[in-house]
Amino acid sequence: MLKMTKISKTFYIGTPNEHQALKNIDLTVNSGDFITVIGGNGAGKSTLLNLIAGVLLPDSGSILLDDRDVTWMPEYKRAGMLGRVFQDPMRGTAGDLGIDENLALAARRGKRRGLSWGTSKSERDKYKEMLKQLDLGLEGRLSAKVKLLSGGQRQALTLMMATLKQPKMLLLDEHTAALDPKTGAKVLSLTEELVAENNLTTMMITHNMRDAIKYGNRLLMLHEGRIIVDISGEDKNKLQVEDLLHLFEQASGSQLDNDRMLLS
Amino acid sequence: MFWIIQSAISLGILWGIMSLGVYITFRVLNFADLTVDGSFTLGGAISAVMAARGVNPLLAVIIAMIGGMAAGLCTGLLHTKLRIPGLLASILTQIALYSINLRVMGSPNVPLLRVTTIFTWLEEAGFPTRWISFFIGLIFMCAVIALMYWFFGTEIGSAIRATGDNAHMIRALGVHTDTTMILGLVMGNALVALAGGLVAQQQGYGDIGMGTGAIVIGLAAIIIGEVLFSKKNFLFRLAGVVFGSIIYRIVITLVLRFGLKSTDLKLFTAVLVALALYLPVLRSELYQHRQRRRRSNA
Repeated sequence: MLKMTKISKTFYIGTPNEHQALKNIDLTVNSGDFITVIGGNGAGKSTLLNLIAGVLLPDSGSILLDDRDVTWMPEYKRAGMLGRVFQDPMRGTAGDLGIDENLALAARRGKRRGLSWGTSKSERDKYKEMLKQLDLGLEGRLSAKVKLLSGGQRQALTLMMATLKQPKMLLLDEHTAALDPKTGAKVLSLTEELVAENNLTTMMITHNMRDAIKYGNRLLMLHEGRIIVDISGEDKNKLQVEDLLHLFEQASGSQLDNDRMLLS
Repeated sequence: MFWIIQSAISLGILWGIMSLGVYITFRVLNFADLTVDGSFTLGGAISAVMAARGVNPLLAVIIAMIGGMAAGLCTGLLHTKLRIPGLLASILTQIALYSINLRVMGSPNVPLLRVTTIFTWLEEAGFPTRWISFFIGLIFMCAVIALMYWFFGTEIGSAIRATGDNAHMIRALGVHTDTTMILGLVMGNALVALAGGLVAQQQGYGDIGMGTGAIVIGLAAIIIGEVLFSKKNFLFRLAGVVFGSIIYRIVITLVLRFGLKSTDLKLFTAVLVALALYLPVLRSELYQHRQRRRRSNA
């Protein structure tokens, strides 16, 4: 599905702040994988996702998405293949547009946009049905502006938008980090449902070790721009938080000093 | 008095078309586009020069629109391809247009004496003279509002609205935001130039200074319209912009009657817009102040 070869990315080249975010990453994602990605601040998690999405372009290496070389393809062109949800709930939806309009924009992801209606009547009925299943009480507020929704509702909506047109890959960048624990858990279970239902190849960044272990079939741990842990299958199922800490110490040769990862 | 107000309304409608153009850039795209001062004059210049040379006046207005599109395209390219901040990009186009407008007109002023215009057409057809401006403005305004209402409901139109609202999101949904940004600027300035072209034919001359301060007048119309038509649907908001433009013209007419010099008008408008922009802030400050007092009293 996705094949990254020798990917490197350095920020602020030639300045005192020069920072190599990713170092020679090789990664193959198989079709149907649900990968959780964990790592401390500055480990390169978001950079990895942004390189796949085309928000950033690599310094070297190549990225194949479904056997297509997308290494230098601009973000808006590869958007047709990718569904994305961001950490900031404000970022994935347009606040001044209605719920239906946001969904309609997402339904046309990667398609040529013309002069036919932006939101057709039949779509609206379909969205109403889908929102009913979401069970957030949004089905009766189809034309309400999205800025009136709570962070959790916006994030659930973004998730729905990202999967409305089946993506080749779903990219989740700490999409529950800005939500309160209860709402976050709800959005996570919705994520799991949608991924299973549509058999989506997924990459989910998280700060939370327990979530990283609980969800998905494969776990990646990043540290200082390298993938230091990559486990899947049976080994992943048996994984405990203590094992993860141990693996981290083994692979990085240092103690994990990130409170946010340990405490949450 | 009735005819004074009526002519203020007619003028308000014509300038309302310009304000609708400003609405596209300022409100839909969230882009403070100062090209407007230049593209309004450009529209007036093209329409006046062509009408003076005997070109069909309606065709002259359409070509004026195309001129406005080119101006918007220029600002759009400066902003998206050269990455110049929007305000600065539009100022550059505006300044460049000053020279271009003088080139188009050949002199700072092009009078349209005994020249066929859209307005003289109706006069010859026996239409009541005092209602001509009102009538023509109304037709163009209705056409523009209908087109805008339709267009911003289409797929491309929605993408443009989303660009102004959340460019990050709409890029992730596969829209090239450079293109939508340019498209919006082209459309906005097309309307502005259309209004310029109509105003030149209506007042009977094209003038190098006719667009000075147009952006501020457009903003005044938008803000007045929003105060009066807040939270209504898109169609009402568009009508509100024209309505705001009419109110502005009536206020201007009245303060002139009360002895304000016409040369003081720009100052008056600037103060008016500054106050109107401050209004929402003032409202929330007053609200907070009241809340605090209530709490300290309790």
